Amino acid sequence: MPVNAAYAGREYPPNLAYEVGREKIREFADAVGASHPAHRDPEAARALGYPDVIAPPTFAVVVAQRAESQLIADPEAGIDFTRVVHADERFTHHRPIHAGDRLVTVLHVDSVVERAGLAMVTTRAEIAADDGAPVATVVSTLAIRGAQGA
Amino acid sequence: MTGDAQATRPTLTGLSVGDPVGTRSIEVDRTRLVRYAGASGDFNPIHWNERFATEVGLPGVIAHGMWTMGAAVELVSAWAGDPGAVVDYQVRFTRPVPVPDPGVAVVEVSGTVGAIDADAGTARVDLTATCDGVRVLGRAQATVRL
Repeated sequence: MPVNAAYAGREYPPNLAYEVGREKIREFADAVGASHPAHRDPEAARALGYPDVIAPPTFAVVVAQRAESQLIADPEAGIDFTRVVHADERFTHHRPIHAGDRLVTVLHVDSVVERAGLAMVTTRAEIAADDGAPVATVVSTLAIRGAQGA
Repeated sequence: MTGDAQATRPTLTGLSVGDPVGTRSIEVDRTRLVRYAGASGDFNPIHWNERFATEVGLPGVIAHGMWTMGAAVELVSAWAGDPGAVVDYQVRFTRPVPVPDPGVAVVEVSGTVGAIDADAGTARVDLTATCDGVRVLGRAQATVRL
């Protein structure tokens, strides 16, 4: 089934809040080799002016991917995950994510473009604190190979 | 420790376009991919299951592009002295990083100052990431508030 171009422009309702914990930040920092003490030691983070330990720059993907699953897991969207390649990713941080944040994400499907048997789907996850203040914008493009190109 | 880190942090006025930011050599093995899968919640089997990866046409298990992206920016976070100073970070995933078993793949990362915006108070670091001499990230740019 081809990717459903009618999904371009779609905006999903805010998803369930993601609660950021110190141990999840530590686990993610360990996995990517982020060594700064501000990821693990609240005092080191406070010395830099943050309220608690802060997440590494790409941690927002954990939050964004939960929102993106609304699209990817939707059979009507026509995204066959075995044919997906991640094409690009961009994080814009309005402020660092820190432990104690409750983050709510609104997913937008910015574009669906098909060319030469390849569908490019660009999503934008707008991540905000529970008071509505913007925290991060995550733009991600997936390339989905068509059946004929396999 | 924090004081030392702050004492060596770069300043915008002390930077020029083209300045080296540093280099890193990062090893990745299958265990690291399983760890990243758990930490990130990305359990796509192409990152841990050899049979599945070859069935979908890959040479074998490959690293998560997001792992490579996350590992590469450590160079910038350490240089800036504050990971929270990275206000924007983007990459294109140009080639996969095949991760052997047994053994390791090695990702070589280097960075240079690509642009300075005095009004915004930011510097852009352009990153190069290669594995076996092949570029695995394209247009990899991190903007840092200094």
